[in-house]
Amino acid sequence: MTATDVRERPGDERSRRPPTNPKWTRDAVENRVFGVLRWVLIAGFLLVTLFPFYYMGLLSVRSLDAVIQDPGALWVSPSEVELDTYSSVLTSEESGGQGFLDFMRNSALVAFGTVLLTLLVALPGAYAVSRLEFFGRRQISVLFLAVYLFPSILLAVPLFVFFTKVGLRGSLIGLLIVYVSQIVAVSIYMLRNYFDTIPESLEESAALDGCSRLGVMWRISLPLAMPAIVANGLFVFMIAWNEFLFALLFLVEEREQWTVSLGLSQLAGSIEIPTTVLMAGSVILTVPIIVIFFASERLLTEGLTAGAEKG
Amino acid sequence: MTDRGSLKRSDARAGLALISPTLIIVVFMVVLPILWTVVLAFQPLSLLTLAVSGLFGTDFTLDNFETVVTEPGFVGSLATTLVYSVLGSASAIGVGLVAALTVRRPFRGRTLVRAAMLLPYVAPVVAATFVWRTMLDPQFGFVNHWGSRVLGWDEPIAFFTQQSSEVTLLGLDVSVPTALLSVIAFEAWRSFPFAFLFLMARLQAVPASLEEAARVDGATPTQRFRYVLLPQLLPTIAVLSILRFIWTFNSFDDIYLLTGGGAGTEVVSVRVYDFLTARGDIGLASAQALVLAAILAVLVGVYLRRFAPQEEKT
Repeated sequence: MTATDVRERPGDERSRRPPTNPKWTRDAVENRVFGVLRWVLIAGFLLVTLFPFYYMGLLSVRSLDAVIQDPGALWVSPSEVELDTYSSVLTSEESGGQGFLDFMRNSALVAFGTVLLTLLVALPGAYAVSRLEFFGRRQISVLFLAVYLFPSILLAVPLFVFFTKVGLRGSLIGLLIVYVSQIVAVSIYMLRNYFDTIPESLEESAALDGCSRLGVMWRISLPLAMPAIVANGLFVFMIAWNEFLFALLFLVEEREQWTVSLGLSQLAGSIEIPTTVLMAGSVILTVPIIVIFFASERLLTEGLTAGAEKG
Repeated sequence: MTDRGSLKRSDARAGLALISPTLIIVVFMVVLPILWTVVLAFQPLSLLTLAVSGLFGTDFTLDNFETVVTEPGFVGSLATTLVYSVLGSASAIGVGLVAALTVRRPFRGRTLVRAAMLLPYVAPVVAATFVWRTMLDPQFGFVNHWGSRVLGWDEPIAFFTQQSSEVTLLGLDVSVPTALLSVIAFEAWRSFPFAFLFLMARLQAVPASLEEAARVDGATPTQRFRYVLLPQLLPTIAVLSILRFIWTFNSFDDIYLLTGGGAGTEVVSVRVYDFLTARGDIGLASAQALVLAAILAVLVGVYLRRFAPQEEKT
């Protein structure tokens, strides 16, 4: 039924078309409408996606009084810019600030640690899954995909109980272990897709020249996969830096251990801290991610969709 | 021959050796904990008694499941979760599709527009929810400010704390679940880039000759979309629906940060969190989490059964 539609409809169009006025065919009208609509939509999408971030930056440099007096202002004149919010949010709690500098240190420690450990574990794993024939290879791939889809709220309960029991809850190390275990499967999946694209003939010729398996991996495959490894590392960093649920469950009672995400979420509920100061905290939380994202956008999107194009 | 056999065997050994660190981590930190949740769900265990009880208790009880089902708000939170995840995934995919079609053809600054559209997805969820809450704040949010100036709202709308509000539509007073719609809108904003990315990749793989042929035959843009592009995109949309549904069904961060589960937005994952932390009832939280997982498994199973065979045909 649909097949006949395709053939007949345009035909009808042509036979009904008045020959004197070709401007008003359905095709011409649609082309013109979509030509305009396209730019309207592009502008709309830009506004909707970028405005919240602009608003974040705007509020972080306005004074609280100004915001309350004129909540609708979408611009701040350079003379009214206040940067006290940033010093207030960054200085330590003892000096009357919010201690975001400490939160940033915690976040950075956990995020860099997660990147290093994940890559250390995932690189050999991804190479094995991509290149080496071993018992249970397919089942392991399926298991990793299942882990990727598995909701973290389900893991929250047992991990919370377990880490409470062994006394690692409230420490950054505990959080680090949880992050690595959650991310390593995705990481292997992304890296494997890349290893699959490296022609095996390169490795074989190296093997003929007398390289061992490990030698091939170290000298040939690893350098070739560098772009993917960097992209993957950045991806892992972003996940770890943004993570909220486990940070909340594990660290909420230990203020010195808070990550930036947790710190902002906990302080956002307090009435005493001005919203503008917390907006400065939001900017601090978001800027590293935006910088990394724009520096590596191409690498990342290619990595993310590498699996999709095949299927 | 023997040489090749030994190479195969050494490959197998090397493969297992290289994968084993990952395997150990995943088994100990993901697989075993999940199995352990099942054990916990059948035990009367609270955070207070955790210190004295062993990791594997011997008591066996069904009380936790009984409490989960009879606790007030169980059915309501299930319905909320379902509405949130269906509407959230559908609108995210819908917006993603429009976005992908919009930036499909090259134009000046396309790379930048594309990158900007991915921002909501990569930005930290805590910062994004905080900005949204501030923007929509009834007192000093700019939306309510301009809403009452320009759109003539009688009073500010508390988007995230008001359970429902009366809206006059065509002379009828309709009750609208304000907070629930607001979190769905946030979900659409935050997740559409994911759908956009995948649909974009798929669109680029559609052979240009297909559309060219349709154009030569006189098909208009809407017809080309309906009969040429959409059939090509459907498998991707089907996969996206499953992925987004699974993730939204279990998502905790967005709702917890936006409303704390109040104002008619209490989804099951927020309940699990409350059972665990506010009540300290480990058994109850495990049982609730298991119920969530079971319902999700059934729904995804039904979906796959209904739609998987059709996909293979096309």
